[in-house]
Amino acid sequence: MTDLKPVPVPNADTQAFWDACNENRLLFQTCKDCGHTQFYPRAVCVSCESRNLKWHDSAKLGTVHSYTIVQRAPSPAFKADAPYLLALIDLDEGFRMMVNILNCPTDAASIGMKVHIVFEDREGQKVPQAAPLN
Amino acid sequence: MPKHAVISGVHNTKVGSVPDSTVMSLHSEAAFGALADAGLKLSDIDGVLCAYAITETYPMLSSAFCEYVGVAPNFNAGLHGGGATAAMMAMQAAALVRNGDCRHVLCVAGENRLTGMTRDKAVAALAEFGHPQFEQPYGVNIPAAYALVAQRYLHETGATLEHLAALAVLHRTHAAMHPDAHMTEAITLDDVANARTISDPLRLLDCCLISDGGAAFIVSASETAGDMKKSSPAILGTGQGHTHEHILAAPSLTSFGCKMSSATAFGKAGVTTSDIDVAEIYDSFTITLLIELESIGFYEKGEAGEAALRGELTHGGKMPCNTHGGLLSFGHSGAAGGMFHIVEAVRQLRGEADIRQVPDANLAFVHGDGGILSAHCSMILGNT
Ligand SMILES: [Zn+2]
Repeated sequence: MTDLKPVPVPNADTQAFWDACNENRLLFQTCKDCGHTQFYPRAVCVSCESRNLKWHDSAKLGTVHSYTIVQRAPSPAFKADAPYLLALIDLDEGFRMMVNILNCPTDAASIGMKVHIVFEDREGQKVPQAAPLN
Repeated sequence: MPKHAVISGVHNTKVGSVPDSTVMSLHSEAAFGALADAGLKLSDIDGVLCAYAITETYPMLSSAFCEYVGVAPNFNAGLHGGGATAAMMAMQAAALVRNGDCRHVLCVAGENRLTGMTRDKAVAALAEFGHPQFEQPYGVNIPAAYALVAQRYLHETGATLEHLAALAVLHRTHAAMHPDAHMTEAITLDDVANARTISDPLRLLDCCLISDGGAAFIVSASETAGDMKKSSPAILGTGQGHTHEHILAAPSLTSFGCKMSSATAFGKAGVTTSDIDVAEIYDSFTITLLIELESIGFYEKGEAGEAALRGELTHGGKMPCNTHGGLLSFGHSGAAGGMFHIVEAVRQLRGEADIRQVPDANLAFVHGDGGILSAHCSMILGNT
Protein backbone atom coordinates (compact mmCIF):
# COMPACT_ATOMS: atom_id res chain seq x y z
CA MET A 1 0.00 0.00 0.00
CA THR A 2 1.52 3.24 -1.15
CA ASP A 3 1.06 6.51 0.68
CA LEU A 4 0.81 8.38 -2.62
CA LYS A 5 -2.55 9.73 -3.71
CA PRO A 6 -4.07 8.00 -6.74
CA VAL A 7 -2.81 9.26 -10.09
CA PRO A 8 -5.35 8.96 -12.92
CA VAL A 9 -4.33 6.50 -15.65
CA PRO A 10 -5.62 7.86 -18.98
CA ASN A 11 -7.21 5.50 -21.50
CA ALA A 12 -8.36 5.93 -25.09
CA ASP A 13 -11.54 7.72 -23.94
CA THR A 14 -9.75 10.16 -21.65
CA GLN A 15 -6.21 10.70 -23.02
CA ALA A 16 -7.09 14.08 -24.56
CA PHE A 17 -8.69 15.23 -21.31
CA TRP A 18 -5.69 14.36 -19.15
CA ASP A 19 -3.20 15.75 -21.70
CA ALA A 20 -5.11 19.05 -21.61
CA CYS A 21 -5.01 19.11 -17.80
CA ASN A 22 -1.23 19.11 -18.04
CA GLU A 23 -1.62 22.40 -20.00
CA ASN A 24 -3.97 23.78 -17.30
CA ARG A 25 -6.95 23.33 -19.63
CA LEU A 26 -10.23 21.67 -18.65
CA LEU A 27 -11.95 19.84 -21.50
CA PHE A 28 -15.51 18.59 -21.80
CA GLN A 29 -17.50 16.97 -24.58
CA THR A 30 -20.58 17.94 -26.54
CA CYS A 31 -22.42 15.85 -29.12
CA LYS A 32 -22.18 17.01 -32.73
CA ASP A 33 -25.56 15.45 -33.48
CA CYS A 34 -27.77 16.51 -30.56
CA GLY A 35 -25.70 19.13 -28.75
CA HIS A 36 -25.76 17.30 -25.39
CA THR A 37 -22.99 18.25 -22.94
CA GLN A 38 -21.41 15.41 -20.98
CA PHE A 39 -18.77 14.56 -18.41
CA TYR A 40 -16.75 12.34 -17.83
CA PRO A 41 -15.34 11.83 -21.34
CA ARG A 42 -16.53 8.76 -23.24
CA ALA A 43 -16.85 7.43 -26.78
CA VAL A 44 -20.65 7.68 -27.00
CA CYS A 45 -23.25 10.41 -26.44
CA VAL A 46 -25.42 9.33 -23.51
CA SER A 47 -28.34 11.32 -24.91
CA CYS A 48 -28.64 10.08 -28.53
CA GLU A 49 -26.25 7.12 -29.10
CA SER A 50 -24.11 9.24 -31.45
CA ARG A 51 -20.37 8.56 -31.63
CA ASN A 52 -19.69 12.07 -33.00
CA LEU A 53 -18.33 13.97 -30.03
CA LYS A 54 -16.45 17.22 -29.87
CA TRP A 55 -14.02 18.56 -27.25
CA HIS A 56 -14.38 22.07 -25.79
CA ASP A 57 -12.32 24.18 -23.39
CA SER A 58 -14.20 25.04 -20.21
CA ALA A 59 -13.98 28.54 -18.72
CA LYS A 60 -13.24 26.65 -15.47
CA LEU A 61 -15.90 28.46 -13.43
CA GLY A 62 -18.49 26.63 -11.40
CA THR A 63 -20.78 26.35 -8.39
CA VAL A 64 -20.77 23.91 -5.48
CA HIS A 65 -23.77 21.57 -5.90
CA SER A 66 -22.95 19.60 -2.74
CA TYR A 67 -19.98 19.01 -0.48
CA THR A 68 -18.86 17.04 2.53
CA ILE A 69 -16.07 17.33 5.06
CA VAL A 70 -14.35 13.94 5.05
CA GLN A 71 -13.18 13.17 8.59
CA ARG A 72 -12.18 9.53 8.02
CA ALA A 73 -9.86 9.23 5.05
CA PRO A 74 -10.27 6.15 2.83
CA SER A 75 -6.53 5.49 2.59
CA PRO A 76 -3.24 6.48 4.27
CA ALA A 77 -2.53 8.84 1.37
CA PHE A 78 -5.41 11.11 2.42
CA LYS A 79 -4.95 10.82 6.19
CA ALA A 80 -2.76 13.91 6.50
CA ASP A 81 -5.37 16.00 4.66
CA ALA A 82 -8.33 15.00 6.86
CA PRO A 83 -10.59 16.78 7.51
CA TYR A 84 -10.82 17.79 3.85
CA LEU A 85 -13.49 19.06 1.49
CA LEU A 86 -14.95 16.79 -1.19
CA ALA A 87 -17.47 18.36 -3.55
CA LEU A 88 -19.60 17.96 -6.64
CA ILE A 89 -19.18 21.08 -8.78
CA ASP A 90 -21.50 22.24 -11.57
CA LEU A 91 -19.40 23.94 -14.23
CA ASP A 92 -20.97 26.91 -15.99
CA GLU A 93 -21.04 24.96 -19.29
CA GLY A 94 -23.47 22.47 -17.75
CA PHE A 95 -21.47 19.47 -16.56
CA ARG A 96 -20.67 18.09 -13.11
CA MET A 97 -17.32 16.99 -11.64
CA MET A 98 -16.06 15.60 -8.37
CA VAL A 99 -13.16 17.57 -6.87
CA ASN A 100 -11.63 18.64 -3.60
CA ILE A 101 -12.04 22.29 -2.65
CA LEU A 102 -8.53 23.56 -1.94
CA ASN A 103 -7.46 26.75 -0.17
CA CYS A 104 -10.73 26.88 1.74
CA PRO A 105 -11.33 26.41 5.48
CA THR A 106 -13.68 23.43 5.90
CA ASP A 107 -16.26 25.59 7.70
CA ALA A 108 -16.27 28.16 4.88
CA ALA A 109 -17.65 25.80 2.23
CA SER A 110 -21.30 26.08 1.25
CA ILE A 111 -23.73 24.89 -1.40
CA GLY A 112 -23.94 27.56 -4.08
CA MET A 113 -20.39 28.80 -3.45
CA LYS A 114 -18.59 29.99 -6.60
CA VAL A 115 -15.36 28.19 -7.42
CA HIS A 116 -12.78 28.02 -10.18
CA ILE A 117 -10.79 25.05 -11.35
CA VAL A 118 -7.12 24.88 -10.44
CA PHE A 119 -4.66 22.09 -11.17
CA GLU A 120 -2.77 19.96 -8.66
CA ASP A 121 0.33 18.07 -9.76
CA ARG A 122 0.39 14.33 -8.99
CA GLU A 123 3.69 12.83 -10.08
CA GLY A 124 3.65 14.57 -13.44
CA GLN A 125 -0.08 14.29 -14.11
CA LYS A 126 -2.10 17.38 -13.23
CA VAL A 127 -5.58 16.76 -11.81
CA PRO A 128 -8.38 19.35 -11.74
CA GLN A 129 -9.36 20.69 -8.33
CA ALA A 130 -11.53 23.61 -7.17
CA ALA A 131 -10.74 26.73 -5.16
CA PRO A 132 -12.98 29.56 -3.94
CA LEU A 133 -13.38 32.23 -6.60
CA ASN A 134 -12.42 35.14 -4.39
CA MET B 1 -48.01 -22.18 -16.38
CA PRO B 2 -48.01 -21.11 -12.71
CA LYS B 3 -49.80 -17.89 -11.96
CA HIS B 4 -47.43 -16.71 -9.27
CA ALA B 5 -43.99 -17.16 -7.90
CA VAL B 6 -44.03 -17.58 -4.13
CA ILE B 7 -41.41 -17.45 -1.39
CA SER B 8 -41.59 -20.86 0.25
CA GLY B 9 -38.74 -20.67 2.76
CA VAL B 10 -36.50 -18.11 4.46
CA HIS B 11 -33.66 -18.13 6.95
CA ASN B 12 -31.07 -15.87 8.50
CA THR B 13 -28.08 -17.01 10.50
CA LYS B 14 -27.00 -15.33 13.70
CA VAL B 15 -25.73 -11.87 12.71
CA GLY B 16 -22.90 -9.83 14.22
CA SER B 17 -19.66 -11.45 15.27
CA VAL B 18 -19.87 -15.11 14.22
CA PRO B 19 -16.45 -16.57 15.09
CA ASP B 20 -15.12 -19.36 12.87
CA SER B 21 -17.63 -18.60 10.13
CA THR B 22 -16.62 -18.58 6.47
CA VAL B 23 -18.36 -17.37 3.33
CA MET B 24 -19.31 -20.93 2.50
CA SER B 25 -20.35 -21.94 6.02
CA LEU B 26 -22.68 -18.94 6.22
CA HIS B 27 -24.06 -19.71 2.75
CA SER B 28 -24.73 -23.34 3.59
CA GLU B 29 -26.18 -22.64 7.05
CA ALA B 30 -28.56 -20.09 5.53
CA ALA B 31 -29.46 -22.39 2.63
CA PHE B 32 -30.20 -25.42 4.79
CA GLY B 33 -32.19 -23.20 7.15
CA ALA B 34 -34.38 -21.98 4.29
CA LEU B 35 -34.84 -25.54 2.97
CA ALA B 36 -35.96 -26.72 6.41
CA ASP B 37 -38.28 -23.73 6.68
CA ALA B 38 -39.91 -24.67 3.35
CA GLY B 39 -39.92 -28.39 4.08
CA LEU B 40 -37.75 -29.06 1.03
CA LYS B 41 -34.59 -31.10 0.46
CA LEU B 42 -31.51 -29.87 -1.37
CA SER B 43 -32.35 -32.31 -4.16
CA ASP B 44 -35.64 -30.42 -4.74
CA ILE B 45 -33.64 -27.32 -5.73
CA ASP B 46 -33.29 -26.91 -9.49
CA GLY B 47 -32.14 -23.28 -9.60
CA VAL B 48 -29.46 -21.42 -7.61
CA LEU B 49 -28.66 -17.72 -7.46
CA CYS B 50 -25.73 -16.32 -5.49
CA ALA B 51 -24.22 -12.85 -5.27
CA TYR B 52 -20.57 -12.00 -4.56
CA ALA B 53 -18.17 -12.00 -1.63
CA ILE B 54 -15.00 -10.10 -0.80
CA THR B 55 -13.64 -11.92 2.24
CA GLU B 56 -13.22 -15.06 0.13
CA THR B 57 -13.14 -14.40 -3.58
CA TYR B 58 -14.36 -16.87 -6.19
CA PRO B 59 -14.53 -16.06 -9.90
CA MET B 60 -17.92 -17.84 -9.93
CA LEU B 61 -19.31 -17.80 -6.41
CA SER B 62 -22.56 -19.50 -7.42
CA SER B 63 -20.70 -22.43 -8.96
CA ALA B 64 -18.41 -22.62 -5.92
CA PHE B 65 -21.45 -22.73 -3.63
CA CYS B 66 -23.11 -25.52 -5.64
CA GLU B 67 -19.86 -27.48 -5.54
CA TYR B 68 -19.52 -26.91 -1.76
CA VAL B 69 -22.99 -28.18 -0.82
CA GLY B 70 -23.32 -30.74 -3.62
CA VAL B 71 -26.15 -29.57 -5.82
CA ALA B 72 -26.32 -29.63 -9.62
CA PRO B 73 -29.13 -27.24 -10.62
CA ASN B 74 -30.64 -26.68 -14.07
CA PHE B 75 -29.98 -22.97 -13.71
CA ASN B 76 -27.16 -21.33 -11.77
CA ALA B 77 -25.89 -17.74 -11.90
CA GLY B 78 -24.33 -14.94 -9.91
CA LEU B 79 -25.81 -11.44 -9.64
CA HIS B 80 -23.94 -8.23 -8.88
CA GLY B 81 -26.26 -5.41 -7.93
CA GLY B 82 -24.77 -4.32 -4.62
CA GLY B 83 -27.50 -3.85 -2.05
CA ALA B 84 -30.17 -4.44 -4.70
CA THR B 85 -28.86 -7.95 -5.39
CA ALA B 86 -31.20 -9.84 -3.05
CA ALA B 87 -34.32 -8.20 -4.49
CA MET B 88 -32.95 -8.72 -8.01
CA MET B 89 -32.50 -12.42 -7.19
CA ALA B 90 -36.16 -12.62 -6.22
CA MET B 91 -37.18 -10.90 -9.46
CA GLN B 92 -34.95 -13.21 -11.52
CA ALA B 93 -36.05 -16.33 -9.66
CA ALA B 94 -39.70 -15.39 -10.11
CA ALA B 95 -39.14 -15.12 -13.85
CA LEU B 96 -37.47 -18.56 -13.90
CA VAL B 97 -40.36 -20.28 -12.15
CA ARG B 98 -43.01 -18.42 -14.15
CA ASN B 99 -41.22 -19.42 -17.33
CA GLY B 100 -41.21 -23.06 -16.26
CA ASP B 101 -37.40 -23.30 -16.21
CA CYS B 102 -37.29 -24.08 -12.48
CA ARG B 103 -39.65 -25.15 -9.71
CA HIS B 104 -37.56 -24.17 -6.67
CA VAL B 105 -34.84 -21.51 -6.90
CA LEU B 106 -32.52 -21.13 -3.92
CA CYS B 107 -31.26 -17.56 -3.44
CA VAL B 108 -28.45 -17.32 -0.91
CA ALA B 109 -25.83 -14.86 0.33
CA GLY B 110 -23.52 -14.62 3.31
CA GLU B 111 -20.21 -13.24 4.32
CA ASN B 112 -17.97 -12.93 7.39
CA ARG B 113 -17.33 -9.25 6.78
CA LEU B 114 -16.70 -8.44 10.45
CA THR B 115 -14.26 -11.17 11.50
CA GLY B 116 -13.05 -12.44 8.12
CA MET B 117 -11.59 -9.31 6.53
CA THR B 118 -7.81 -9.06 6.61
CA ARG B 119 -6.46 -5.53 6.96
CA ASP B 120 -5.05 -5.67 3.42
CA LYS B 121 -8.38 -6.71 1.96
CA ALA B 122 -10.22 -4.00 3.88
CA VAL B 123 -7.80 -1.31 2.69
CA ALA B 124 -7.96 -2.57 -0.89
CA ALA B 125 -11.77 -2.65 -0.85
CA LEU B 126 -11.90 0.95 0.38
CA ALA B 127 -9.37 2.16 -2.19
CA GLU B 128 -11.30 0.55 -5.05
CA PHE B 129 -14.47 2.54 -4.41
CA GLY B 130 -15.41 5.21 -6.95
CA HIS B 131 -14.62 5.96 -10.60
CA PRO B 132 -10.91 5.16 -11.07
CA GLN B 133 -10.09 8.39 -12.94
CA PHE B 134 -12.77 10.87 -11.92
CA GLU B 135 -13.55 10.03 -8.26
CA GLN B 136 -10.78 8.00 -6.66
CA PRO B 137 -8.14 10.75 -7.00
CA TYR B 138 -10.21 12.89 -4.61
CA GLY B 139 -10.26 10.62 -1.57
CA VAL B 140 -13.92 9.60 -1.80
CA ASN B 141 -15.30 6.68 0.17
CA ILE B 142 -18.81 5.27 0.54
CA PRO B 143 -19.84 7.42 3.54
CA ALA B 144 -18.49 10.53 1.77
CA ALA B 145 -20.53 9.77 -1.35
CA TYR B 146 -23.69 9.36 0.76
CA ALA B 147 -22.75 12.52 2.67
CA LEU B 148 -22.83 14.45 -0.63
CA VAL B 149 -26.39 13.20 -1.07
CA ALA B 150 -27.31 14.02 2.53
CA GLN B 151 -25.91 17.55 2.41
CA ARG B 152 -27.88 18.35 -0.74
CA TYR B 153 -31.03 16.72 0.65
CA LEU B 154 -30.88 18.77 3.86
CA HIS B 155 -30.27 21.91 1.78
CA GLU B 156 -33.23 21.32 -0.54
CA THR B 157 -35.79 20.10 1.98
CA GLY B 158 -34.95 21.90 5.20
CA ALA B 159 -34.91 18.51 6.93
CA THR B 160 -32.69 18.36 10.02
CA LEU B 161 -29.98 16.19 11.51
CA GLU B 162 -32.57 15.15 14.09
CA HIS B 163 -34.62 13.60 11.29
CA LEU B 164 -31.65 11.44 10.34
CA ALA B 165 -31.09 10.57 14.00
CA ALA B 166 -34.73 9.52 14.41
CA LEU B 167 -34.17 6.75 11.86
CA ALA B 168 -31.05 5.52 13.64
CA VAL B 169 -32.97 5.29 16.93
CA LEU B 170 -35.92 3.57 15.20
CA HIS B 171 -33.72 0.79 13.81
CA ARG B 172 -32.01 0.18 17.14
CA THR B 173 -35.42 -0.12 18.84
CA HIS B 174 -36.50 -2.70 16.27
CA ALA B 175 -33.24 -4.67 16.42
CA ALA B 176 -33.64 -5.00 20.18
CA MET B 177 -36.80 -7.01 19.43
CA HIS B 178 -34.95 -9.55 17.23
CA PRO B 179 -33.02 -12.45 18.78
CA ASP B 180 -30.46 -12.61 15.94
CA ALA B 181 -29.62 -8.88 15.67
CA HIS B 182 -26.08 -7.49 15.78
CA MET B 183 -26.64 -4.30 17.81
CA THR B 184 -29.38 -4.18 20.42
CA GLU B 185 -28.18 -1.66 23.03
CA ALA B 186 -30.63 1.25 23.20
CA ILE B 187 -29.58 4.60 21.74
CA THR B 188 -31.11 8.06 21.97
CA LEU B 189 -31.30 11.04 19.62
CA ASP B 190 -28.52 12.61 21.70
CA ASP B 191 -26.31 9.56 21.23
CA VAL B 192 -26.62 9.93 17.48
CA ALA B 193 -25.95 13.68 17.65
CA ASN B 194 -22.87 13.13 19.83
CA ALA B 195 -21.40 10.26 17.82
CA ARG B 196 -18.26 11.21 15.92
CA THR B 197 -18.70 12.61 12.44
CA ILE B 198 -17.57 10.25 9.67
CA SER B 199 -18.24 12.51 6.69
CA ASP B 200 -20.20 15.64 7.43
CA PRO B 201 -23.23 15.60 7.96
CA LEU B 202 -23.21 11.80 8.54
CA ARG B 203 -22.24 10.57 11.98
CA LEU B 204 -21.17 7.09 13.04
CA LEU B 205 -24.73 6.09 13.99
CA ASP B 206 -26.05 7.28 10.60
CA CYS B 207 -23.97 4.50 9.00
CA CYS B 208 -24.78 0.80 8.65
CA LEU B 209 -22.93 -1.90 10.55
CA ILE B 210 -20.32 -4.36 9.30
CA SER B 211 -21.39 -7.86 10.33
CA ASP B 212 -20.91 -11.55 9.80
CA GLY B 213 -24.07 -13.27 8.67
CA GLY B 214 -25.95 -15.12 5.99
CA ALA B 215 -29.46 -15.31 4.60
CA ALA B 216 -31.40 -17.37 2.09
CA PHE B 217 -34.83 -17.64 0.55
CA ILE B 218 -36.45 -20.04 -1.87
CA VAL B 219 -38.65 -18.90 -4.73
CA SER B 220 -41.06 -21.64 -5.82
CA ALA B 221 -43.71 -22.08 -8.48
CA SER B 222 -47.11 -21.43 -6.92
CA GLU B 223 -48.37 -24.83 -8.14
CA THR B 224 -46.00 -26.41 -5.60
CA ALA B 225 -47.34 -24.32 -2.71
CA GLY B 226 -49.62 -27.10 -1.51
CA ASP B 227 -46.54 -29.25 -0.77
CA MET B 228 -45.02 -26.63 1.52
CA LYS B 229 -44.80 -26.77 5.26
CA LYS B 230 -45.93 -23.18 5.75
CA SER B 231 -47.82 -20.49 3.89
CA SER B 232 -45.86 -19.00 1.01
CA PRO B 233 -46.35 -15.29 0.30
CA ALA B 234 -46.59 -14.48 -3.41
CA ILE B 235 -44.29 -12.16 -5.36
CA LEU B 236 -47.02 -9.88 -6.70
CA GLY B 237 -44.93 -7.28 -8.48
CA THR B 238 -41.29 -6.38 -9.09
CA GLY B 239 -39.46 -3.55 -10.81
CA GLN B 240 -36.02 -2.06 -11.29
CA GLY B 241 -34.60 1.42 -11.82
CA HIS B 242 -31.05 2.31 -12.89
CA THR B 243 -29.71 5.84 -13.38
CA HIS B 244 -25.93 5.73 -12.76
CA GLU B 245 -23.17 3.88 -11.01
CA HIS B 246 -20.97 6.78 -9.85
CA ILE B 247 -22.40 9.61 -7.79
CA LEU B 248 -20.74 12.20 -10.05
CA ALA B 249 -23.00 10.90 -12.85
CA ALA B 250 -26.27 10.76 -10.88
CA PRO B 251 -28.94 12.85 -12.63
CA SER B 252 -30.11 14.18 -9.25
CA LEU B 253 -28.87 13.95 -5.65
CA THR B 254 -32.39 13.86 -4.22
CA SER B 255 -34.43 11.76 -6.67
CA PHE B 256 -33.32 8.28 -7.65
CA GLY B 257 -34.21 5.10 -9.53
CA CYS B 258 -36.36 3.87 -6.63
CA LYS B 259 -39.08 6.08 -8.08
CA MET B 260 -39.18 3.99 -11.27
CA SER B 261 -38.58 0.61 -9.64
CA SER B 262 -41.37 1.07 -7.11
CA ALA B 263 -43.83 2.51 -9.63
CA THR B 264 -43.32 -0.57 -11.80
CA ALA B 265 -43.69 -2.97 -8.87
CA PHE B 266 -46.83 -1.25 -7.56
CA GLY B 267 -48.29 -1.16 -11.06
CA LYS B 268 -47.74 -4.87 -11.63
CA ALA B 269 -49.19 -5.75 -8.24
CA GLY B 270 -52.14 -3.41 -8.74
CA VAL B 271 -51.71 -1.79 -5.31
CA THR B 272 -50.49 1.55 -3.93
CA THR B 273 -48.39 2.70 -0.98
CA SER B 274 -51.51 3.11 1.16
CA ASP B 275 -52.28 -0.61 0.81
CA ILE B 276 -48.91 -1.67 2.29
CA ASP B 277 -48.97 -3.07 5.83
CA VAL B 278 -45.21 -3.31 6.42
CA ALA B 279 -42.18 -1.99 4.50
CA GLU B 280 -38.64 -3.38 4.49
CA ILE B 281 -36.50 -0.80 2.71
CA TYR B 282 -32.73 -0.66 2.23
CA ASP B 283 -31.04 1.49 4.87
CA SER B 284 -27.30 1.59 4.23
CA PHE B 285 -27.35 5.04 5.84
CA THR B 286 -30.13 6.98 7.53
CA ILE B 287 -30.22 9.28 4.51
CA THR B 288 -30.77 6.30 2.18
CA LEU B 289 -34.02 5.34 3.86
CA LEU B 290 -35.23 8.92 4.25
CA ILE B 291 -34.85 9.59 0.52
CA GLU B 292 -36.31 6.22 -0.49
CA LEU B 293 -39.41 6.60 1.72
CA GLU B 294 -40.07 9.88 -0.06
CA SER B 295 -39.08 8.90 -3.63
CA ILE B 296 -41.18 5.75 -3.43
CA GLY B 297 -44.16 7.82 -2.36
CA PHE B 298 -44.75 6.83 1.26
CA TYR B 299 -44.11 10.48 2.18
CA GLU B 300 -43.80 13.85 0.49
CA LYS B 301 -40.27 15.16 -0.01
CA GLY B 302 -38.78 16.31 3.29
CA GLU B 303 -41.51 14.75 5.46
CA ALA B 304 -40.29 11.24 6.30
CA GLY B 305 -38.05 12.45 9.12
CA GLU B 306 -40.89 14.21 10.92
CA ALA B 307 -42.97 11.06 10.47
CA ALA B 308 -40.21 9.02 12.12
CA LEU B 309 -40.10 11.45 15.05
CA ARG B 310 -43.89 11.10 15.39
CA GLY B 311 -43.53 7.30 15.62
CA GLU B 312 -45.23 6.52 12.32
CA LEU B 313 -42.52 4.09 11.20
CA THR B 314 -42.85 1.68 14.07
CA HIS B 315 -45.47 -0.73 15.42
CA GLY B 316 -48.84 0.96 15.75
CA GLY B 317 -47.74 3.69 13.34
CA LYS B 318 -48.95 4.39 9.83
CA MET B 319 -46.07 2.61 8.05
CA PRO B 320 -44.06 0.15 10.17
CA CYS B 321 -40.66 -0.02 8.50
CA ASN B 322 -37.59 -2.24 8.85
CA THR B 323 -39.12 -4.16 11.74
CA HIS B 324 -35.99 -6.35 12.08
CA GLY B 325 -33.67 -3.37 12.61
CA GLY B 326 -32.24 -3.07 9.10
CA LEU B 327 -28.64 -2.63 8.06
CA LEU B 328 -28.29 0.11 10.66
CA SER B 329 -28.80 -2.21 13.64
CA PHE B 330 -29.82 -5.78 12.65
CA GLY B 331 -26.68 -6.10 10.58
CA HIS B 332 -25.03 -5.80 7.19
CA SER B 333 -22.93 -8.58 5.72
CA GLY B 334 -22.47 -7.93 2.02
CA ALA B 335 -25.26 -9.13 -0.25
CA ALA B 336 -26.95 -10.85 2.70
CA GLY B 337 -27.68 -7.37 4.12
CA GLY B 338 -30.48 -6.66 1.68
CA MET B 339 -31.70 -10.24 2.00
CA PHE B 340 -32.50 -9.77 5.69
CA HIS B 341 -35.22 -7.35 4.54
CA ILE B 342 -36.84 -10.10 2.43
CA VAL B 343 -36.57 -12.65 5.25
CA GLU B 344 -38.30 -10.23 7.63
CA ALA B 345 -41.05 -9.39 5.12
CA VAL B 346 -41.90 -13.07 4.72
CA ARG B 347 -41.95 -13.61 8.49
CA GLN B 348 -44.26 -10.62 8.91
CA LEU B 349 -46.64 -11.91 6.23
CA ARG B 350 -46.69 -15.37 7.79
CA GLY B 351 -47.34 -13.96 11.26
CA GLU B 352 -44.04 -15.39 12.55
CA ALA B 353 -42.41 -12.17 13.74
CA ASP B 354 -43.08 -12.72 17.46
CA ILE B 355 -42.93 -9.47 19.43
CA ARG B 356 -42.10 -7.59 16.20
CA GLN B 357 -45.28 -8.73 14.49
CA VAL B 358 -47.32 -6.08 12.71
CA PRO B 359 -50.94 -7.19 13.23
CA ASP B 360 -52.74 -8.42 10.11
CA ALA B 361 -49.75 -7.89 7.83
CA ASN B 362 -50.91 -9.11 4.42
CA LEU B 363 -49.03 -6.89 1.99
CA ALA B 364 -45.33 -6.01 2.25
CA PHE B 365 -43.09 -3.70 0.25
CA VAL B 366 -39.41 -4.65 -0.07
CA HIS B 367 -36.72 -2.49 -1.63
CA GLY B 368 -32.98 -2.84 -2.21
CA ASP B 369 -30.50 -0.39 -3.66
CA GLY B 370 -26.91 -0.85 -4.69
CA GLY B 371 -24.00 1.53 -5.21
CA ILE B 372 -24.74 5.13 -4.26
CA LEU B 373 -28.51 4.92 -4.75
CA SER B 374 -27.54 3.64 -8.21
CA ALA B 375 -29.29 0.30 -8.83
CA HIS B 376 -32.78 -0.23 -7.43
CA CYS B 377 -35.12 -3.20 -7.18
CA SER B 378 -38.58 -3.09 -5.57
CA MET B 379 -40.94 -5.93 -4.78
CA ILE B 380 -44.48 -6.35 -3.47
CA LEU B 381 -45.11 -9.53 -1.47
CA GLY B 382 -48.55 -10.58 -0.36
CA ASN B 383 -50.68 -13.30 1.17
CA THR B 384 -53.05 -14.64 -1.46
ZN1 LIG C 1 -26.10 13.22 -28.85
